[in-house]
Amino acid sequence: MTVRLALLGGIYNNYLALEAALRQASELGAESYYCLGDIGAFGPHPDRSFPLLHQYDVQCIQGNYDDSIGNELDDCQCGYTDARDNYFAQKSYDYTLANTSDENKRFLKSLPNELILEIESHRLLLCHGSPRRTNEFLWESTTPTHFLEWFFRERQVDFIAGTHTGIKWHQQTKLGRFVNIGVLGRPENDGQTNVWFTMVEVSRDEIRTSFHPVQYDHTRLSREMHQEGLPDEFIETIETGWWTTCLEILPQKERKAGQF
Amino acid sequence: MEFTPAQISLSHLDELWFQVTGTRCNLTCHHCFISCSPHNKSFDFLSRQEIQQYLQESVELGVKGYYFTGGEPFLHPDMVDILCDTLQFGPATVLTNGTVLKEQWLNRLSKAQQQCRYSLEFRVSIDGFDAPTNDPIRGDGTFDRAIRGVELLVQSGFLPIITATRTWPDSEDQKVLGEFTTMLHKRGYQHPRIKLLPSLKLGAEQARTEAYSEHERVSDTMLNTLDQQQFVCEHARIVTDRGVHVCPILIESPDSVLGQDLKNATEQPFDLNHGACFTCYQYGAICSNVSLNTTPERGSE
Ligand code: SF4
Ligand code: SF4
Repeated sequence: MTVRLALLGGIYNNYLALEAALRQASELGAESYYCLGDIGAFGPHPDRSFPLLHQYDVQCIQGNYDDSIGNELDDCQCGYTDARDNYFAQKSYDYTLANTSDENKRFLKSLPNELILEIESHRLLLCHGSPRRTNEFLWESTTPTHFLEWFFRERQVDFIAGTHTGIKWHQQTKLGRFVNIGVLGRPENDGQTNVWFTMVEVSRDEIRTSFHPVQYDHTRLSREMHQEGLPDEFIETIETGWWTTCLEILPQKERKAGQF
Repeated sequence: MEFTPAQISLSHLDELWFQVTGTRCNLTCHHCFISCSPHNKSFDFLSRQEIQQYLQESVELGVKGYYFTGGEPFLHPDMVDILCDTLQFGPATVLTNGTVLKEQWLNRLSKAQQQCRYSLEFRVSIDGFDAPTNDPIRGDGTFDRAIRGVELLVQSGFLPIITATRTWPDSEDQKVLGEFTTMLHKRGYQHPRIKLLPSLKLGAEQARTEAYSEHERVSDTMLNTLDQQQFVCEHARIVTDRGVHVCPILIESPDSVLGQDLKNATEQPFDLNHGACFTCYQYGAICSNVSLNTTPERGSE
């Protein structure tokens, strides 16, 4: 028997991409849906993502952003140190905080920070950043295989999925498979306007993952971001596929792959 | 009230540091807190074989990244080989003063980086964005030589992180950064990665070299209120020719050596009874590749 799961990363208020991804995943035969956190941020109309999440019965994990919004903290806990990055991050945080309903804040506050699924003979750990820290960045170029194996040993699982960085990648190790599922919220700094989600197929013998590009109405998203007064720098990312802010967090290899 | 010194245990070995050239440096910066110089041999070089052994040992411990410091790491005759070895294991970061880099070495390193999954980061330290502010501290001509190093790195396909100590009022940040960025553009570095070290660092450094008073110790109760990640000894160890030390800051204290065996050195809790620990308590670890990681800036580089 094969069980199919859809894993959705950082939504960042991109309800248009969320809707497209959910439809696509259901066509691919997804039996259950998981969102690995950061439902808000960056984009317009925070409250529009929640009905979709409920409609598909998406089980959500709390990202740092969700923790902040749910608990009405002062900032998103991304920890940027650059003044320009902080300025934009704060602008979009304040917008999301002001436009998320109390009911949705309560929902965000109630979310667990990880899920462990037992399927067939496998144990799958779903988290936001890493199994030990919600805001830990696991980039492909700075995450050694033996570091991942440490997590598999410590947590007694053979599959780990996270998001948080915004760029997808995966690695098979001797002890299990790690996948950074990417995000739906914004393109992954590759000059393309599409975003990504991940399908996982679990059978007795193996766990397979596949990345799926999502095309959505990004012109509508950028128009709405504009109407809502969100930063031009963010809109540019939606339109061009290149990141324009918060680049200091990128390791060298990931930074070199981008435009700025 | 009785004073119980705080004790810290390592949560996980995220960072493994190598004091690869001991205290040997081609420069003699005034603020170097371990007084590196061309002749200071109080710490010696680590051999490529020794480093290999620690790299092997680090696999089982699940280390996240490797860091090389000195002195000046590129005075080591095998530095390029050592970095190529390291990239087989994980990401590497070198803290360099940028003044002795050779094109041929960087070309080899660039190839090695392309052939593996991991990033090789260079951190080039300067003490001001022009020769008149940098050179009185680091030595005549060092600003130009460091910038030449940055240029070579960029030509070889690297994006060095320039760590600069703030020697101007905070309010002038944008102006100074703007001028510096323009200069780097002219040298071919299109999107420079610059990390400003707060001038606080100078205070911290001073505090480190001053005598600490009896009261400046970290107690158990003080620690309870803190995020322990701000202490380097909570997630790092450093190897010198004397063995594995608790942190890069205390290498000169005999009690900082936790033995020769890496695993063993990760299992021992450490009493924060040094004056310098008080600085860590006050300021946290300062500087890193990225904002979230909490690596200290050496007195070096
Ligand atoms: S100096 Fe800082 S990092 Fe070193 S042992 Fe003391 S508290 Fe830890
Ligand atoms: S601060 Fe760095 S460059 Fe200067 S003497 Fe010390 S090790 Fe050498």
